[in-house]
Amino acid sequence: MPDEKDSRTTPADAPEANGNKLRVIGVPRRRVDARAKVTGQTRFADDIFLPRMAHCKLLRSPHPHARIRKIDTSRAAAHPGVYVVLTGKDVPIQYGILPVSQDEQALCVDRVRHVGDPVAAVVAREELTAFEALDLIDVDYEILTTISDPQEALTTPEPRIHEYGEEGNIHKLVALEFGNVEEGFAEADEIFEDTFFFQGNTHLPIEQHASVAIKDPEGKLTVWSSTQTPHYLHRALAKVLELPAAHIRVIATPNGGAFGGKSDPFNHEIVVAKAALLLDRPVKICLTREEVFYCHRGRHPVLMKFKTGVKRDGAITGMHLQTLIDGGAYGSYGVASTFYAGALQTTTYHIPRYRYQGCRTFTNKPPCGPKRGHGTPQPRFGQEVQLDKIAERLKIDPADLRLRIVESSNSVTANFLQLGTVNLAECIRRVAKVSNWKEKFRNLPEGHGVGLACSAYLTGAGLPIYWNKMPHSGVQLKFDRSGGVTIFCGATEIGQGSDDVLAGIVAEVLGIDTFDIRLFTGDTDLGPVDLGSYSSRVTLMAGNAALQAAERGKAILREAAAEKLQVPKERLCFAGKRVFDSAAPEKGLTFQEAVCLAEARFGTIGTVGSYTPPTSPALYKGGGVGPSPTYSYSAAVVQVEVNSVTGWVTVPKVWIAHDIGRALNPTLVRGQVEGSVYMGLGEALMEEQEFRRLPKKLSHALVHKFPSILEYKSPTSLDMPEVVTELIEEPDPRGPYGAKEVGQGPLLPIMPAVANAVYDAVGVRIDEIPVTPEKILKALAEKKAGRDPRFGPTDFPHIHWPEALRVPPPWEGGDGHAVNEVPRRQKSRQEKEKVLAS
Amino acid sequence: MMRLPVFEFRAPRTLQEAARILDGERANAMPLAGGTDLLPNMKRRQQVPRTLMSLRHIQSLSDIELSPSGLRLGACLTLAAIAGDPRFRNGLTALAQAASLVATPQIRNLATLGGNVCLDTRCNYYDQSYEWRKSINFCLKKDGTTCWVAPGSSKCMAVSSTDTGPALMALGARVRLVSHSGEREVLLSDLYNNDGIDYIKRRPDEILAEVLLDSLQGWKSTYWKLRRRGSFDFPVLSVAAAARLSRDKVVEGAHIVVGAAACQPLAAREAANSLLGRPLNQPAIEEAAALAARIAKPLDNTDFDMTWRKRVTAEFVGYALRELRGDDVRSERESFTRYAFD
Repeated sequence: MPDEKDSRTTPADAPEANGNKLRVIGVPRRRVDARAKVTGQTRFADDIFLPRMAHCKLLRSPHPHARIRKIDTSRAAAHPGVYVVLTGKDVPIQYGILPVSQDEQALCVDRVRHVGDPVAAVVAREELTAFEALDLIDVDYEILTTISDPQEALTTPEPRIHEYGEEGNIHKLVALEFGNVEEGFAEADEIFEDTFFFQGNTHLPIEQHASVAIKDPEGKLTVWSSTQTPHYLHRALAKVLELPAAHIRVIATPNGGAFGGKSDPFNHEIVVAKAALLLDRPVKICLTREEVFYCHRGRHPVLMKFKTGVKRDGAITGMHLQTLIDGGAYGSYGVASTFYAGALQTTTYHIPRYRYQGCRTFTNKPPCGPKRGHGTPQPRFGQEVQLDKIAERLKIDPADLRLRIVESSNSVTANFLQLGTVNLAECIRRVAKVSNWKEKFRNLPEGHGVGLACSAYLTGAGLPIYWNKMPHSGVQLKFDRSGGVTIFCGATEIGQGSDDVLAGIVAEVLGIDTFDIRLFTGDTDLGPVDLGSYSSRVTLMAGNAALQAAERGKAILREAAAEKLQVPKERLCFAGKRVFDSAAPEKGLTFQEAVCLAEARFGTIGTVGSYTPPTSPALYKGGGVGPSPTYSYSAAVVQVEVNSVTGWVTVPKVWIAHDIGRALNPTLVRGQVEGSVYMGLGEALMEEQEFRRLPKKLSHALVHKFPSILEYKSPTSLDMPEVVTELIEEPDPRGPYGAKEVGQGPLLPIMPAVANAVYDAVGVRIDEIPVTPEKILKALAEKKAGRDPRFGPTDFPHIHWPEALRVPPPWEGGDGHAVNEVPRRQKSRQEKEKVLAS
Repeated sequence: MMRLPVFEFRAPRTLQEAARILDGERANAMPLAGGTDLLPNMKRRQQVPRTLMSLRHIQSLSDIELSPSGLRLGACLTLAAIAGDPRFRNGLTALAQAASLVATPQIRNLATLGGNVCLDTRCNYYDQSYEWRKSINFCLKKDGTTCWVAPGSSKCMAVSSTDTGPALMALGARVRLVSHSGEREVLLSDLYNNDGIDYIKRRPDEILAEVLLDSLQGWKSTYWKLRRRGSFDFPVLSVAAAARLSRDKVVEGAHIVVGAAACQPLAAREAANSLLGRPLNQPAIEEAAALAARIAKPLDNTDFDMTWRKRVTAEFVGYALRELRGDDVRSERESFTRYAFD
């Protein structure tokens, strides 16, 4: 047994505490779930074993695109040890994370759209039996033309992968214009046009998705699952299984990493739920690593073209961005991703006029979706590399250029995003200082270089995924006679530390130790709804809800304590597990005594808190994607060494400054920053979700090149450089204790900073992610031959864009509406939902 | 998760008993040493032996016998034991380096020398799950008829991916193969075969019991491995080199072996011979590097671009030879392997 000191997680035992001083918030602490994790006691979904539990395996399509003519499951069903075989007919109702993209079926009914699409499920006594029985299912496929990339999707409208979308195999087209961009270009001294490609990559959480479902003793459904979004899974289960949501309980088990890859409702979750109900026995599935690659929802491959006009002093006069996005076989979050790819350009630097055209196509590959940074790292890469080129042409230091054009706090951008605190300038200054940027840039020996890049990210999506006016997050607190406090919240711990955020805030407000707090989170039966662990929303939204609930509880306790102590309420201080007179600290009660007094006076004590984001000024169609209560900012400097004979790149050091508002638990914040740097370097240098098309004559199969954790290359700890993390703390009034997000933003500057550093080292532009040795050698060969010293795409295909929605920016008198848009009031409810969902 | 197929398990305590079991089972049985490669392969149904015969309980297979005339290494010595043994230096450095660069620390604690020498050849079309291979209609190496790497080829092109194999070849190693009917010693370079399926001439009834090395007094050796990351990865190119220099620094003996560039480790004999009688100066190194690179035939079935792998081969031979000459190439080694070998 650990001694008391060891088990304490909050350094809060100081009765002389000054009430104004924060004792938990801002103090580096061991996270509340650390002990369970390091001692192996955390119970992940695959750790759940229940009596009579059966195992499920999915038969997946071996074809990238085919019609299902017939499925014969009789041989599998007769196989000894098999309990049931399910096909699409058993779960035919379509679902999907977005109301506008209800295009998935738990098991394909008549069409498979990528290798790995599930067509049948076997539930058996043993997992091995289920696997063996998969081979006994006979599926008759009619092979259809395969669409392997967006260019092919544009030129091959038939066969359509889906019967909905814009036209042919185009899923979504977006065209928005904020001010007259052509006028902006006319005002410019220089125009820059650059084409970039960002290869797709995947989340690679260490924990593979797993789910267990039971029909509980009362006959209701319970599903444990490694999900980031139990509330959205809850809704999908109710829809597909046609059960009242009140009869379904979803428990999000602690996730062993997620990064966006567990935020859709998944076919395997629905299948085990259906099977458990049919069999009345627990049913479990744990995906193989390969199957996780088929679930995917990772980074979209994006081809993009930036046209940017600048004045000689660096001021941007206008920007036009076009994206061509490879969506894969289903909608997933793709409509949102398409908007996001164009949404955040304006949040870092002042862009007075801005046009965005985005096109997402369907292809016969696992669907893409939200991965850390959702839709924004790809254009951020292009924007920051182009800025590096602009700085060079204008002969301005890239750090200075950015400092000249950074957006300011509380401004409203051209696309009507209401910013909160903006400390990007301080991030740039700090990171330049600690990295010795001025001495290093363009001054290091040949083969050594530094690159700088910046970014911004949302602190929570301003709108929910489905239209409703309810809070985005709720917290209930139970105050116990024991002196303990219990937190109930739908928020989901995916490793990011959301449980610790909740405990830290409540402990701070009530002056107790986080060890005195018990948490029930991610359980749809036990806690109020929190929308889920996505869009970096939990610290701000669940945190604010917890803050409100705790303050309400504190008010009740204060009332009772003030009466007992005969001290004015406003003089009472909560700290060190005591409630005391701040004028005479020895005069006080223990926290437990205060709870007992309050309970005696008011009855059982419970409080609630909730959070709803502020209304966004972006009122045009599509304006639902991008708004956030506030934005985080990051600036990074990456140093590289490039071997000019082999093209080999190593990264000896990274410096990064992050505008966090306030670090609630600096240990976790630094962990998130370093984790982002790690993931960013993986994307920058090696990670690729690549597909292979076999020779047409022989097979023409389109398969994932290597769906394995060994051959999908992601850095190891040995490949990780030293990281210097600087936290910029100016509390943002919109966040709890001033906190902003840190889970995603610090990833974004890493990829462009690496490419910019490679240019500084050897003078070649790699306008494509990942930056690999062979690309560097090819660019060096171009340089040697006297041609354009770069590697990257040269063309952007012709796309028939729709007429842009024209929204005059705030400085042109715009009110947030498009001037050529049907007023929203006249639209049907259904269309309204679409707008908000996207 | 992926499950192992059902198999019978045998655990003999003597080599004779093991040989007898293999004699009875023939191709239906496979010897199991560390299992770090075989068991995952079985989960993917690349190998489905009816019987697994563990070698773990045969004490003699973990012996090291060091004498003035040479060295006998039991096949079941773990790679960690070899990597961490300070006796494996100078002439034996290449072996220790190769062992220390295999996979991860956890795997090296289990994986054995014999297992790595006999490592199954690898290929992007073969080291896949049963379902994945089914979706390409399988491949020549297992259950199919086409080699997807070279569809015109009647031969399987899977890549030799052993680290210790090239190192031991450069040291002139022999192996002792034991079967129920007798035993034989063969040069390691004669054990391998340039065919992705029949990559090794060990008969199914034979146990690779020992690796034998003559005294390497006066020799220096080194092993260079190319892989994406500082851990986990199989080689996508490797160079093992050994040389004996006279007092006036003239090459008296040399071996260069290029690994992971064909279905077997390739002895670069012409390159090695070109060094004989010359000092290891820049022209000699460049000539040998070019000759060695010529025989490397990487194909598109591993990580990295194949033309790039071919291109860096000469560089790697150069690093190895410069190191043998006494140059300080630690920064190059660390840059490529994230690993500083003392």
